Amino acid sequence: MNDDVKQKNAKLVRTLVFVVVAMFGFGFALVPLYDVLCDITGLNGKVASVAVKEIVYPVDKDREVSVEFVTSLNESAPMLFRSETKKLKVHPGEYYTVNFYAENLTDKVMVAQAIPSISPGLAAEYFKKTECFCFTEQTFKPREGRTMPVRFVVDPNLPKQYKIITLAYTFFDNTKTQ
Amino acid sequence: MSAVVAEHDGHHHDDHAHGPEKGLLRWIVTTNHKDIGTLYLLFALTMFFVGGAMALVIRAELFEPGLQFVEPQFFNSMTTMHALVMVFGAVMPGFVGLANWMIPMMIGAPDMALPRMNNMSFWMLVAGVLLLASTLFMEGGAPAAGWTLYPPLVLQTGKALPFAIFSVHLLGVSSIMGAINIIATIFNMRAPGMTLMKMPLFVWTWLITAFLLIAVMPVFAGAVTMLLTDRFFDTSFFDAAGGGDPVLYQHIFWFFGHPEVYIMILPTFGVASTIIPVFARKPLFGYSSMVYATASIAFLSFVVWAHHMFTVGMPIAGELYFMYATMLIAIPTGVKVFNWTATMWKGSMTFETPMLFSIAFVVLFTLGGFTGLMMSIAPSDFQYHDTYFIVAHFHYTLVPASVFILMAAGYYWLPKWTGHMYNEKIGQLHFWLSVVSVNILFFPQHFLGLAGMPRRIPDYAVQFADWNMISSVGGFIFGISQLLFLYIVIDTIRGGTGEKVSDEVWEDAHKHGLEWTLPSPPPYHSFTTPPTVIPTEHI
Repeated sequence: MNDDVKQKNAKLVRTLVFVVVAMFGFGFALVPLYDVLCDITGLNGKVASVAVKEIVYPVDKDREVSVEFVTSLNESAPMLFRSETKKLKVHPGEYYTVNFYAENLTDKVMVAQAIPSISPGLAAEYFKKTECFCFTEQTFKPREGRTMPVRFVVDPNLPKQYKIITLAYTFFDNTKTQ
Repeated sequence: MSAVVAEHDGHHHDDHAHGPEKGLLRWIVTTNHKDIGTLYLLFALTMFFVGGAMALVIRAELFEPGLQFVEPQFFNSMTTMHALVMVFGAVMPGFVGLANWMIPMMIGAPDMALPRMNNMSFWMLVAGVLLLASTLFMEGGAPAAGWTLYPPLVLQTGKALPFAIFSVHLLGVSSIMGAINIIATIFNMRAPGMTLMKMPLFVWTWLITAFLLIAVMPVFAGAVTMLLTDRFFDTSFFDAAGGGDPVLYQHIFWFFGHPEVYIMILPTFGVASTIIPVFARKPLFGYSSMVYATASIAFLSFVVWAHHMFTVGMPIAGELYFMYATMLIAIPTGVKVFNWTATMWKGSMTFETPMLFSIAFVVLFTLGGFTGLMMSIAPSDFQYHDTYFIVAHFHYTLVPASVFILMAAGYYWLPKWTGHMYNEKIGQLHFWLSVVSVNILFFPQHFLGLAGMPRRIPDYAVQFADWNMISSVGGFIFGISQLLFLYIVIDTIRGGTGEKVSDEVWEDAHKHGLEWTLPSPPPYHSFTTPPTVIPTEHI
């Protein structure tokens, strides 16, 4: 192999290695890109993780939407977690408060985070919470049990085809990552 | 359309004209493209049997409903390991082996552009696969989360997780190095007169495949690195508790995964386009359209990934986009299938074993392609998703396609590589056993999937019993038939039929590729002076 070819090879290899490194970076760039896309489009049932201001909507008394509350624990987190209401018929535009109960079953301080999810996903942007225990991590003393409210409103602009909305919370035990 | 036998190395005595080293060390330190090609091919063949044995564990367990032989956790490990071993240990190295052996000989180069890196990528592959295999013996067992390694399930793997992830890193680095080497060889080492549009299609398809590899393997490496940090360093890429999202992994994985499945099929197309013209005794129909079709398929593979995730809850616009984009792939693929058919049309065909495997490939790959089209229809996909229908689909595009073509390539080039003729009778027996049993094995899985049998389960409802039993019977016949291939490979290396093969082996093959202008077997160093006349029959 003559020097000319060797030089051409070295140059090409440098370019290709650069492509490889760039594509490795691109894989990581997909993470923020994905979040941005989900935020813009409101896809994936992702709901706002901060409280919205309580504004007064015209209440649509003629329309009823069922809201279901589902609770679960991730990887058998050592907790009790339930909703005090399983199902509620609501009028769009009216504010409601539902209580959830969570209890630390261990003898240690526990830090836990509840993650909400709404289905159908496309209804998520019409479901607004002014108060929720899911906005921040919750700290539980040993064996502490606590009732926590969620205050929400269903936006009257919710398209007509949505008759049932399911709000699911999963509690994650984050104690170890503190 | 004529070819002149190029000058062979035997006549040269410059200081590079030495033979291989003696003894076992030759195979460890070799930088010769033919040696490394042989290593890759033998490694792939070994892994084909290892992965096949794992598949037979799966089929044995599924022979009857109920749990008979293995624990569900081990069963799930088997599906993961079978897939990873077959993809990264058998099919990909098989084609890299062919590339190592054939690309320098096809383009008139003395060796690969980067011979030392070539050696290193082979041994990293071995290390990667051994590391992967070692997870079988670890506490908590080997990964058991499909070949896709979706979180959160894969994060529940026991001690094996970091080993599996590092093994993926090694396999990735190995194939990226192989790809860089192939691109450098094709760009810089072609003989004078071998313009890009005169290259054999096998070289073309590998060039495009190599670009796919360097584009997507790093993305996969990134995805598994995120799994690693999620598990051990408290990041939350895919962990909802910290604001992550498991669906994100699916997007990143399939951004890699869809091009990955084409990495396994594009070289297959290349070999088929090489073999069919020789045995049809006609030039390939539509050479340039084949090149452009390959490039189009490669391009489209980057923009269709979410058709693997129609059921995650995408909005209707996303489903429609990915549905139509996926259907578009049928067009360049159709171009290829019609080209092969047109090549055979009115050809003076003979049916030696390589041709038989290639014809079976055209027919059965088309069948696998059609079920792919069915699944591209988003509303229908909800029925097929995660059932045995998808298992049947991708096995049709991998086993009677990629694997059959690897077999065809073996039969086609073994006489060139060894200088001995294989036993045609046993070859044909191997073909007929394979082609019948592969259909007994995979065709019933379509019915099972449509009836609703989920994939990756060790036990199933009794309604699925009959077809599972038939499928398992096919599986065992197929598995055992492959021992014939092993026999033929060993027998041919050791002398085969004893018949002395000519340089071109197959009638008029010298018109189809430079490799047939070399002696059989070719000298250890070939084309140290570039050939002067380039065969153009394939164009």
